[in-house]
Amino acid sequence: MKKNELLKKILYINLTDKSYEIKHREDLFQKYIGGSGVAINLLNEECPEEIDAFDENNPIIFSIGNLTGIFPIASKTVSMFKSPLTKNLGESHAGGRSAIAMRMADIGAIVIKGKSDIPIYLAIYGNKVYFRDATTLWGMKSSEVVGKIIRENENFAGLRTIMRIGRAGEEKIPFASVITETYRHFGRLGLGAVFGSKNLKAIMIAGKHEIQIENSKKYKNLYDEIFNKATTSEMMKKYHDLGTPQNVIPLNELKALPTRNLQSSYFETAENISGENFAKHHLGRRLACAHCPVACIHIAALREPYTNEPYFYKTSMISYDYELIYSLGTMLGISKSNNVLKIIQSVEEVGIDGMSTGVILAWATEAYKKGIITDNQVDGVAFEWGEYAEYIKAIDKIINPPNKFYKDLSKGVYYASRKYGGNDYALSFGKNEMPGYHTGPAAYLGFMLGARHSHLDSGGYSIDQKILSNKSLTHEEIVDKLIEEESWRQILSSLVVCFFARKIYSEEVVSKCLGLLGCEDEIDKIKNLGIEIYKKKFDFKFREGFDFNNMEIPKRIVETRSPTMKFDKKFIQKALKYAEEKIKNNISKE
Amino acid sequence: MKLKVVDTNRCVGCQNCMFACSRRNGNAGLSNSSIGVKSDGGMENGFKVIVCRACKNPPCARACPTEALTPKEGGGVILDKAKCIGCRACQDACIIDAVFWDEVHSKPVICIQCGYCVDYCPHDILKLEK
Repeated sequence: MKKNELLKKILYINLTDKSYEIKHREDLFQKYIGGSGVAINLLNEECPEEIDAFDENNPIIFSIGNLTGIFPIASKTVSMFKSPLTKNLGESHAGGRSAIAMRMADIGAIVIKGKSDIPIYLAIYGNKVYFRDATTLWGMKSSEVVGKIIRENENFAGLRTIMRIGRAGEEKIPFASVITETYRHFGRLGLGAVFGSKNLKAIMIAGKHEIQIENSKKYKNLYDEIFNKATTSEMMKKYHDLGTPQNVIPLNELKALPTRNLQSSYFETAENISGENFAKHHLGRRLACAHCPVACIHIAALREPYTNEPYFYKTSMISYDYELIYSLGTMLGISKSNNVLKIIQSVEEVGIDGMSTGVILAWATEAYKKGIITDNQVDGVAFEWGEYAEYIKAIDKIINPPNKFYKDLSKGVYYASRKYGGNDYALSFGKNEMPGYHTGPAAYLGFMLGARHSHLDSGGYSIDQKILSNKSLTHEEIVDKLIEEESWRQILSSLVVCFFARKIYSEEVVSKCLGLLGCEDEIDKIKNLGIEIYKKKFDFKFREGFDFNNMEIPKRIVETRSPTMKFDKKFIQKALKYAEEKIKNNISKE
Repeated sequence: MKLKVVDTNRCVGCQNCMFACSRRNGNAGLSNSSIGVKSDGGMENGFKVIVCRACKNPPCARACPTEALTPKEGGGVILDKAKCIGCRACQDACIIDAVFWDEVHSKPVICIQCGYCVDYCPHDILKLEK
């Protein structure tokens, strides 16, 4: 009789001596499901205390979940590492084909340690690892070309993932990303720089494993229930039609769209760079992650003439999202969609996080205009709102710093502002540059309290929009809601379900899926597991020196009027105090 | 009935058809899929969707040394697993790469033109035709 197959194999790779082994860890995958739950346990096991992010013993961990390859939209890979940007918990999620490729290679998690003596890339076929010389790829101008070369060098087209870094990762820029399948990213917190510090240029993973299911009739029925919700209900409509850029106009109308370094929360030409406008003038193709019918990835076709010769054109296919339109558009005062795409393209080429980059450039512009940064320091870049070509020049200088100023800028907005001033308008939380939601106190508390300092940790902007636009809440009520949401999201990110599908994967559906696979399906126990994983993340954060009392609150967020509930620094401080007590003392007892 | 690819330009590369084909036999994953979706030299160029064209005089059957593959009336082939020696001659004979391979059992995976995948293509790229 067939038995359900849960994940169990963890692939341990040592880059120093180019060796690998597979260990069976049924215990971890049975109890912690996969993804974030497994990764935080592995991080605790493998990451030495207070280690430097670029120390060769800083582990790179990838983990997928027990639903991956079995049910749709459970195709995210969770990465964990010590972040070179925040010097604390690094966690970043990406889709593409990464998770499915790992599942098809029959690998639940990968732990990479050590440092190669030469640039290498890893080719993982099933449970076999090949260490390939990547000397020729190192220093290559475009990350896209690196992907093309590996694509042609390796087998299993259509059944593989190719994760790679660009020049930013090689240069250990602490907000460098890892790009997978050209258009998806382990974007935030600098996984790309950790790759670079290990001389690791790329990882290709492929396989064709079969997953045994015990009760195929029940399985097919549950599959259809989820698939039908994903394709026919309204829940996913906004993601597949205009995609996340559909947020531009509503957030602008709400006066919640951070503009010119949040000097304003309304962009007068938002219409030009709205989801509607991108779709009308640029949308060239839509893509999906493997095993997700939604296709939220929107690709623009940008046609540019060569100025030195007529009848020559370059057509580039560039992925755009709300967060990029915010950070590389409104934050920099860019009014034309063409120009936003050009900045996105330069960010992709070198492989850096678009959100961090935009926030850093916005701070630099304001700091320059206020005179705390000199002409000498900017080295010929005329920082000015809307001047996209100047921003592209600045991005190049961040990757190849010509002087001390750009070297400081390349360490993130927190670092640069502590050196040059302008803390009040340096928009980072927990040293991570802010996402694009000036919706109210819940969004900001979400960035501050979130284990990753990400808007996706707890979706605070949604509390602002749905509740605080109509009534006020106390600081305790907001914090309670944020922690409850973030705890539940630990279950989703352990299942590696995309957060866009959070309404489809309700408590009931999650319980049914886990039950079908023979895992714990009692909802209270599942929720408690979410709390346990959340707490384990904070245990790691506290171990590495995270302290709520050190959380700096840039004045700008309370100066620029909140479109929902009014709040001040005191309100935030009270909320942080309450959250700290709750996380440290009560949460595990609830 | 014959499986047809209507318009690859609408393909988003989700591979739900491939998962459906494997799932038809009761298991999850991709090892038993007889449909292939892969990028056309990078996702920026879109996708190739590879399905068996159900040839009238199928080269795969002609290449089979053990008569494990026999032509079906109306096109396509039927696989007799017991006769198959896993030599891959059928795979070499198919110039569109529509003979897929089950690595676990070392046998070809042959499309039976059932159309199960069609219902799981969210963008109407596949259709079953008479």
